[in-house]
Amino acid sequence: MSLIQINNLVKEYVMGENILRALDGVNLGIERNDYVAITGTSGSGKSTMLNVLGCLDRPTSGNYVLNGKDVGHLDPDELAEIRNREIGFIFQSFNLLTRATALQNVMQPLVYQGVPLHERKRRAEEALNHVNLGNRMDHLPNQLSGGQRQRVAVARALVTKPSILLADEPTGNLDSRTTVEIMKLFDELHKQNQTIIIVTHEPEIANHCLRIVRLEDGRVAEDRRKS
Amino acid sequence: MFVFDMMESFRAALLSIRAHGFRSFLTTLGIIIGVAAVIAVVSIIQGLQFTINQQFEGLGTNSIVVQSVNTFERRIQGIISRITPQDFEMLSTRVEGIATISPIIAGAGNSVRYGSQVTAVQVTGSDYNYQVVGRIFIKYGRFLSDNDDQTRRRVAVIGETVRQNLHLPANPVGEYIRIGDEWMKVIGLAEERGQILGQNQDNMVVIPYGTMRSITGNQNKLDVVIQIILGDISQMEVVQDRVITLLRTAHKLAPKDDDDFRVQTSQQLTSTFNTVLTTVTIVAGGIVAISLLVGGIGIMNIMLVSVTERTREIGICKAIGAKRHQILMQFLFESLLLCLLGGLVGLLIGYGIGAFAAAAIPNFPAAVVPLWAILLSVGFSAGVGLVFGIMPAAKAANLDPIEALRYE
Repeated sequence: MSLIQINNLVKEYVMGENILRALDGVNLGIERNDYVAITGTSGSGKSTMLNVLGCLDRPTSGNYVLNGKDVGHLDPDELAEIRNREIGFIFQSFNLLTRATALQNVMQPLVYQGVPLHERKRRAEEALNHVNLGNRMDHLPNQLSGGQRQRVAVARALVTKPSILLADEPTGNLDSRTTVEIMKLFDELHKQNQTIIIVTHEPEIANHCLRIVRLEDGRVAEDRRKS
Repeated sequence: MFVFDMMESFRAALLSIRAHGFRSFLTTLGIIIGVAAVIAVVSIIQGLQFTINQQFEGLGTNSIVVQSVNTFERRIQGIISRITPQDFEMLSTRVEGIATISPIIAGAGNSVRYGSQVTAVQVTGSDYNYQVVGRIFIKYGRFLSDNDDQTRRRVAVIGETVRQNLHLPANPVGEYIRIGDEWMKVIGLAEERGQILGQNQDNMVVIPYGTMRSITGNQNKLDVVIQIILGDISQMEVVQDRVITLLRTAHKLAPKDDDDFRVQTSQQLTSTFNTVLTTVTIVAGGIVAISLLVGGIGIMNIMLVSVTERTREIGICKAIGAKRHQILMQFLFESLLLCLLGGLVGLLIGYGIGAFAAAAIPNFPAAVVPLWAILLSVGFSAGVGLVFGIMPAAKAANLDPIEALRYE
């Protein structure tokens, strides 16, 4: 059974009197341990796709089954729980809590699971060591470089052991050297059997992945697997 | 799980308050001032109440005070009522059940001289029992005796301030002072009593009632306050009624007329004062409630700003799995904690003001803040925090995660 099964997914936005159809009948299956890039030009529906895949938003119609559970029609608190347990987000602008240290940032998702403090700390330290930031745990985000911040974000995404790592333009705010560094990290995580979905418009980033799904006008225009 | 969420929200709220230390202080200033005001007012009023009760305790529970009533309306009609020396004599001979009865004439201010020194003093005319009524203890010499009164001796008991103002020797007994045109021999010096309600109690001269009457001449303008102490407290009402009947007859009051005098027991006097003080407390409480309300609105305002400012942070927390009640609780705790901290700081400041006031006013008891005032003000602050925190917290909890993440 697929990790993600999407059937005929439609997402519409009401903009004044017009109805904007951002996703127009998307069908997509993603297996466990896949490494997928979702690409497309701006306006192609990739951001909407990311929001729906990440359970931040609900589809207007269609089915979205994640890890055997239909998550298309849950209420906001149930969606929050799914986001917490199944999905690890990585954002373009890192989105770390500015007033919290690297360690506290990584511990935060575990707070919402009710993990006790010492256990939280142990698991967060483990995740930070995993991304080679064991020596930066007590630094605030503004004391870290862009690459280091993104690695904190990766650690935060991994700490809950999610089914999917969902990255939104993860290298968009990084220079080319750091981009290579972060992509290497993604490649490694994939080798460790992590399912990864990267939403990006950059072909070089997409080329790291095993499968490239290109969206156009809210539909899947191309679904190609690298040989 | 709920307890865990509470503890985590508490921790997050505490961190957030600490991160914005100065702003948190300014936010809660309204609460600090409000609570400090309650505590200061209450502690001062409690002190006042204590002092006044202590003053009346000297009268004993079995005493009755009779004095004239001159309301403003009657005064502008030209009616001045008095208790005359004749009334006093009538009461002392025609009322049964009296243990002691003593007259007090509070004279107008007189100038008192000794050598070349002059001072203005209120001279009181009374008898032996005034010692008990006025809580006067003698340091040197003796107090007035019945004999002094009956023989209208020219003697006086003076207070410490008078002695100092007149440059009398430390033990002034035997010296002669001149009150008005009369020479009086000092027979006693009273112990210092300090001030009460800003009035110096040591600036006093007491002379015998008889002497007072004789030196004010044969005019009938004396207004006597009569102090009665009963032999048997169960006779209180009987004596009160008898006094009223006799005085109404003597003053030739028609049945429809109001009494032009007042007969009060010491308990009534105490309760009158307590009623006044309770009213003051309630009024002060009302003003304070308004200030706490204003403080609460200040808190709500800052919390709303804080929610807007931290929209992105809220979006992040929601994206990584925060549920609505977890966000709600964090912000609610933040305002609750702000108010409670403000309440506690206010409590300390208020107590400090009360203690300072108590120390600054002589003979004032140490500041006592009753438990109900502490509980009330802390409880009220917590209530303000909850009531005014709920709207910003709900706003934060209901933010859409996508919108919040996009917020710059």
